[in-house]
Amino acid sequence: MLKYTLIPLLPLISFVINILFGRNAIKDKAHWIAVPAVLGSFVLSLSAFTDVLSGNTININFYNWIISGDFNVPIGLLIDPLTAVMLIVVTSISSLIFIYSIGYMHGDKGYYRFFAYLSLFVFSMLTLVMANNFLVLYFGWEAVGLCSYFLIGFWFEKKSAVNAGKKAFIVNRFGDFGFGLGVILIFLTFGSLEYAKVFPQAGSVVGQTINILGYDINTITLICLLLFCGAVGKSAQMPLHVWLPDAMEGPTPVSALIHAATMVTAGVFMVARCNPLFTLSSTAMTTVALVGGTTAIFAASIGLVQNDIKRIIAYSTVSQLGYMFLALGMGAYTAGIFHLYTHAYFKALLFLGSGSVIHTLHDEMNIQKMGGLKKYMPITYWTFLIASLSISGIPGLSGFFSKDEILWRVYAGGGMGKFLWALATIAAFMTAFYSFRLIYLAFHGKFRGTHEQEHHLHESPSIMTVPLMLLAVGAVAAGWVGIPHILAPHSDRIGEFLAPVLGHPKGEGTHAEEWFVMGLSTVIGLAGILTAYAMYGKKTDLPQKIGSAFQPIYKLLYNKYYVDELYDKTIVRPVLNASQKVFLGFLDGKIIEGTVNGIPALIGAFGERLRKIQTGMISHYGLVMAAGALIIIWIVIF
Amino acid sequence: MVLDNTILLGIRLISPELILICTGLFLLLLDILIKRKETVAFAGLIGIFLSIWVNLKLSSLGLSGNVFSGMFVFDRYGSFFKLIFYITAILTILISLRYLTIQKGGIGEYYALILFATAGMMFMASASDLIVLYLGLELMALSTYILTGILRGQIRSNEAAIKYFLLGAFSSAILLYGISLTYGLTGTTNINEIASSLQALNLLKSPMLFLGLIFFIVAFGFKIALVPFHMWAPDVYEGAPTSITAFMSVGPKAAGFAVFGRVFFEAFGSLHLEWSGILITLSILTMAIGSILAIQQTNLKRMLAYSSISHAGYAILGIISATPEGVSGMMNYLLIYTFMNIGAFAVLIMLNSEGVRGEELSDYEGLAKTHPLASFIMLIFMFSLTGIPPTAGFMAKFYLFMAAIKAGYMPIVIVAVIFSVVSAFFYLRVVMYMYMKEPKGEVALSTSGSLNLALIITAAVTLLIGIFPSVFLEIAKASVGGL
Repeated sequence: MLKYTLIPLLPLISFVINILFGRNAIKDKAHWIAVPAVLGSFVLSLSAFTDVLSGNTININFYNWIISGDFNVPIGLLIDPLTAVMLIVVTSISSLIFIYSIGYMHGDKGYYRFFAYLSLFVFSMLTLVMANNFLVLYFGWEAVGLCSYFLIGFWFEKKSAVNAGKKAFIVNRFGDFGFGLGVILIFLTFGSLEYAKVFPQAGSVVGQTINILGYDINTITLICLLLFCGAVGKSAQMPLHVWLPDAMEGPTPVSALIHAATMVTAGVFMVARCNPLFTLSSTAMTTVALVGGTTAIFAASIGLVQNDIKRIIAYSTVSQLGYMFLALGMGAYTAGIFHLYTHAYFKALLFLGSGSVIHTLHDEMNIQKMGGLKKYMPITYWTFLIASLSISGIPGLSGFFSKDEILWRVYAGGGMGKFLWALATIAAFMTAFYSFRLIYLAFHGKFRGTHEQEHHLHESPSIMTVPLMLLAVGAVAAGWVGIPHILAPHSDRIGEFLAPVLGHPKGEGTHAEEWFVMGLSTVIGLAGILTAYAMYGKKTDLPQKIGSAFQPIYKLLYNKYYVDELYDKTIVRPVLNASQKVFLGFLDGKIIEGTVNGIPALIGAFGERLRKIQTGMISHYGLVMAAGALIIIWIVIF
Repeated sequence: MVLDNTILLGIRLISPELILICTGLFLLLLDILIKRKETVAFAGLIGIFLSIWVNLKLSSLGLSGNVFSGMFVFDRYGSFFKLIFYITAILTILISLRYLTIQKGGIGEYYALILFATAGMMFMASASDLIVLYLGLELMALSTYILTGILRGQIRSNEAAIKYFLLGAFSSAILLYGISLTYGLTGTTNINEIASSLQALNLLKSPMLFLGLIFFIVAFGFKIALVPFHMWAPDVYEGAPTSITAFMSVGPKAAGFAVFGRVFFEAFGSLHLEWSGILITLSILTMAIGSILAIQQTNLKRMLAYSSISHAGYAILGIISATPEGVSGMMNYLLIYTFMNIGAFAVLIMLNSEGVRGEELSDYEGLAKTHPLASFIMLIFMFSLTGIPPTAGFMAKFYLFMAAIKAGYMPIVIVAVIFSVVSAFFYLRVVMYMYMKEPKGEVALSTSGSLNLALIITAAVTLLIGIFPSVFLEIAKASVGGL
């Protein structure tokens, strides 16, 4: 039991030590505490995984946090197959990224702070996935958001970083508000927050409705949609995706860990965790699938024309998360989690690779100003290539298996399945295209940066390249645990492993159809790569020609469908204006200043009067006492 | 023989108090013989631990009941409060050592007086007769008057002592008036007998009784600093030595709540409807005045004084609801408040060094940069006083408010929650100063082993109760069984 408890606790200890003693005592040795802690968690997670593999499910309630009548909140953890997979993903990738950060963050003056926050994040994320009830889940959910905020704004001297942090935080508020309501509604409906009590009861609530403003709304549907609100925010789905690309202002290891591999997948995890509820509401399922499918293609299309290396990968993340939700919405929970798992490796690799590039180019992120990096940084190039091939769905690599699984399940899922499958397949083409556009522009051709930069080009130190190579192994091999049965019977081990929690996907199809889906996705992936080669692999003016021929579309994509501008006009500006009017016009700007200085004018003026009574004269004090007593006597007796 | 046995039992049951008083007397002697004040303090601590041990022994023997012709009662209700007093006394001694050296106030009476005051509070908690109650209260009050003024060289300490003494005498007079009115009506000073004779003599509608009742409210309200009987508190808390402010803001306050509960539930339980109305008004006033004026303060000690006033406003909800959950919620609240409030004062003491008071808000600017650990501990206390999970303060409020809601006092709980939010302003302002401002200069911390120990205990307990609250709640719940 201690073993399981230590999994989240080790990073927490690392956080406490680093934050308390980092500034004065530990300084640039912070990794000596953080790395062993997270490696320890990894080893323990492996051990927990083998326990689950041998058929155990660990569900421990440590104690009751609050007992008050019928309100009872236990603190406990649950390690079932789903959690076990998440544990492996979170701790293995965290370990590699922690090691990578030793090199990447070397010499940063916030070095200890970085490792402290990163450790806190790992603790929060592990709490989130190991929760056995909704309150602990909610705690982890909010805590990872807070860490994300800290880390996006890590370089707080940079205004853009601070703004991006705020944006992430505020956008997530919208989603989390819904999520919080969902948790409350679960308690009201089921009288408990424990998974083990809520999920078995789910069936009995079917058909129950709740009256809101005169409309009868299906309770389960409402719960699921509210929970999904949280997922949309955290996992950056439309329409709350706007924060994720901006979050790239944070240090690259953060982008890799939090904004690619782990935190943003929390929404996917949560929906999968709540599959007993979601399965009961076709409305909620359809919503999940539609949001996922449209986000997949929408984000991929933006990624086609961006020039910032990290933003391309960020849109790719949004798009891939869309795939996962698409799978969940079609009832293929295992496929969604499988993709979460493989995606974590190749996406973390892409980010760390881009970090390696940015590191050597001294914070240059525009791929138009790169080129020819292949010969300077071979390890970065080859690992980056492997990740790109994986995400493009080239057979044999991780991404192929998980993406194919999703495409097939969506195709066979019935209902809107065929339509969503078509969307996803087009998105797959785009994925391959933007991935290789990035490869050709950054690594091939001639270097387009300054001579100064060219002079300093070098491969990153081995503390950074070794994690890249290890992640590359994951990007190749992680998917081998889920080989479809038409290729090798009984090799979908992850599907079978997760089936006790997530069930078997519904939907039927012939072998011929399955071959067709697989073949088409392979062809589409290769086509995307070839198109990228045709446009960027050789020296042509094709990109410019196409760009000018489809000027409006190009501009629309380049400006990310103007979503940010739209929000700015419809939400941010009006709110800002209104609050400025209220605070600056109505209440006078001095209040803000006054609040900081400690005397809010409103209460202040009132308090000032009250304070006058406190004269310091004993006779006055006695008088107040006597008067008080007399008033009470007068009121009570007369 | 029967008589002898009951007297013997009585002496056994008051032996914890006797030990404290004897230790106190011994300390007075020791002070003359020994130069090192630490030794005196240490001897005092030994006396307290001896008293705790005896108390536990008595409880484990299953002894309980009324002794000395029903004047003294040994029950779980009283024992829980005594636990609070013991903790208060121990922590106060721990935080006093270094502080007194800096303030040049290290005299032996100091520790003896703390023990006397503690014994007085223990008598209050165990009093089942108004006379014993009064004696205990005076023993406590007289000791604290002196302690307030013990820094003879400092004007503000003297001023505080004289204010406290005069107003305290005023409130004692009112208490005696209340006692005599009740005695005149019922013919008894025994708390249990008052209740039965109120019924028997059909006195429940007597205006004289109400007058007596109100006098009790005034006098007890003075001790726990309910508005409008709180006027002394800010001045006295600010002027007293910080270690004594810490002591007064928890120990005598808890003692006030103990007698409040005992008298109002046992003697005047049948008049709950009447007195709860008065208390609700006072409670709202207290929360409001305490919070609003705390915002005004830039001196942390004074801010904590007002905060302590507003906390009394919350805790009185337990008396108002008058249910077992409410009372155990209140006891829980007071226990938790003891740790977090003494802890906050201990941080204040740590910032106090030669020539630097370390009480102004500006002294905390950028403390997190220069002393991260001290700031973090202060942050725990400020969060806890605000009532933010996972600190003990949240649990304290949660259980108390929950109990009040169940007892049907929803509106006043809403008011209490609103003022909790207001209070976040002045607690979190301290955190803001520590973490978001740049340090102005090097701040020297005057740490010492005993102060560190007190800080570790208070911070650890504040966090532990926040994370594992059920254990502590069970103790509080079990204690109400005695009432």
